[in-house]
Amino acid sequence: MSGAYLGMPAFPEAAKTSTKNEQLRANLTHATHTIRDKRAAAVGELDDWAQLRQAGKEIKDNTLARLDHYLLQAEAAVQAAGGTVHWATDAAEANRIVADLVHAKGESEVVKVKSMATQEIGLNEALAAEGITAYETDLAELIVQLGDDLPSHILVPAIHKNRGEIRDIFAEAMGRWGRPAPDGLTDRPADLAEAARLHLREKFLRAKVAVSGANFLIAETGTLVVVESEGNGRMCLTLPETLISVVGIEKVIPTWRDLEVFLQLLPRSSTAERMNPYTSTWTGTTDRDGPQEFHLVLLDNGRTATLADEVGRQALRCIRCSACLNVCPVYERAGGHAYGSPYPGPIGAILTPQLRGLQSELEASLPYASTLCGACYEVCPVAIDIPEVLVHLREQVAEQVEGHRVERAAMKAATWLLDHPAALTAAERAATRTRALHPKRLPLPGPAKAWSDTRDLPALPAEPFRDWWKKNRKDGSR
Amino acid sequence: MTTARDTVLARIRAALTDIPGHAETGTPARGYLAAHVPGGPAALLDLLAENLADYRAHVHRTTAGALPAMLARLLADRGTRVLVTPPGLPPDWLALATVERLPDDGSLTAHTLESVDSVITGCALAIAETGTIVLDTGPGQGRRLLTLVPDHHICVVRADQVLASVPQALPLLDPGRPQTWISGPSATSDIELDRVEGVHGPRTLEVCILD
Repeated sequence: MSGAYLGMPAFPEAAKTSTKNEQLRANLTHATHTIRDKRAAAVGELDDWAQLRQAGKEIKDNTLARLDHYLLQAEAAVQAAGGTVHWATDAAEANRIVADLVHAKGESEVVKVKSMATQEIGLNEALAAEGITAYETDLAELIVQLGDDLPSHILVPAIHKNRGEIRDIFAEAMGRWGRPAPDGLTDRPADLAEAARLHLREKFLRAKVAVSGANFLIAETGTLVVVESEGNGRMCLTLPETLISVVGIEKVIPTWRDLEVFLQLLPRSSTAERMNPYTSTWTGTTDRDGPQEFHLVLLDNGRTATLADEVGRQALRCIRCSACLNVCPVYERAGGHAYGSPYPGPIGAILTPQLRGLQSELEASLPYASTLCGACYEVCPVAIDIPEVLVHLREQVAEQVEGHRVERAAMKAATWLLDHPAALTAAERAATRTRALHPKRLPLPGPAKAWSDTRDLPALPAEPFRDWWKKNRKDGSR
Repeated sequence: MTTARDTVLARIRAALTDIPGHAETGTPARGYLAAHVPGGPAALLDLLAENLADYRAHVHRTTAGALPAMLARLLADRGTRVLVTPPGLPPDWLALATVERLPDDGSLTAHTLESVDSVITGCALAIAETGTIVLDTGPGQGRRLLTLVPDHHICVVRADQVLASVPQALPLLDPGRPQTWISGPSATSDIELDRVEGVHGPRTLEVCILD
């Protein structure tokens, strides 16, 4: 699984492999069911959940409607508090800015707190190409990094690994990255966490530069907010001399007060807790406390293109809670890697094609990685209508991409048949008389065969409904 | 020369042409509750204690008068030899403690803090509904790293510092100061969603609530 997400196979192909991985499916079923039950209980504690959700939706929509204004306000506030603001139109520009800042400090390693934005832009790989090693410090990200693997879930990136697999990764790989795992390491979660603590602490104490993302950027004050559980975030945000935060432009919210909405919505939706163990806020730099140099990199990388789509822009409301992943029947079976992006699950199925465009096969396949059951919309704390955006994107795919000729031909034939009742009756009778001969699958090559590869064709009844109706009406029994 | 900043801002403005008069900001609906729990100060203290304990923090209820004895006992029980203290900590809190004290004058490094056993702080306020204590580096709290590197954190919360909810707490906090909101000790659920206390922050959090 080593390597980047880009260029990965389209969803159906990747899912064909992953759905047959029994270990993966067992891990995922356990994890998603556990967390979705806990989440329902945590949300159930708040009588005003619907009102909070509405407020979250409206705050985000209002911000997006004046995004230029709020970004400029945030920029001015961060600068006034002693920070430096950089803008990046795409991944390459953002990576260049970060690498140059690290070089300017004369450093060749950085510690990182888990960040979706830096994964999206492939920052670790870009830094490696510049001779800079980026150490992931979130436990799950550490597991993924040591295992030369890719994250598969927004909140618990190593959800696809069980404790035995994690033990083996630690025992095998920790020594190559720094302090080795202790001899005789067991697969008890507490022992594994202790090994990670010791391994990472020497990196925290040594690091001069840290890289983070942010959950929120407050326009009126220039304050950044990171929510986390382990304390690795606090380590990165506090101990190094220089802090670089890479933040998507959609993360801005107008006011300090708006946090009262999101700090209620986010923890309950993501980890099903009343509050996450640690929340850190910082505004520029503070004299003799924490990093004395702070850089904010504001990242576009497809967000403005998403903003331009009137239906699809609602995806930018996402606060990365991952509740939609845990309720999705497709994610539960296919796993996160099949989505070919750091954003898996239902939100990934709409975010990835919008951020990257629909040019390649992978992005064009993602809007179809859903049953449109609507569970993702139900749980979304900012009410993103994911099914609506999926259907909208499918329309775009159908317009742009070939491969739907068969569907169009079939619809044309059906329309003709329905307009010619005699022909329809004849066709139905012919079909039912020969039904014992019908195959369960379509033997011919092409899209029809691919469709029936994974399903049996429906069995035909013994006689057409119209014949049955005529016969039974004649008998007078209704 | 066009900068990345100009490009991004131009793209945003071009993307929003469908929104009529988008220069006018809407006012978000705020139909949610200011707090979820009725009841007086005593009920809030009970709820704070309950929710902190639910996160596996060790919660102690006491009074201001009995606090010095309690702190001395907690430090002795823990076997603390070296205790770091922030500037502005009320001196009488540690009147009965017999540990070696290391007051932070702003020069203690993370390496030094690695070798201390415990830290004692006050807090800016606490939130009952969520079981959260908030530190804002004010007097008696100190720099952020004091409560991060040592493995044992004792935090003292006065009754008049306890608010019901996040909406009640935010207006009292200054966003210009760095803040650390703490709800229970450091924890991870990254391994099969089993909750394990203590990965990087203090693994033991004791909260003394003064009635």
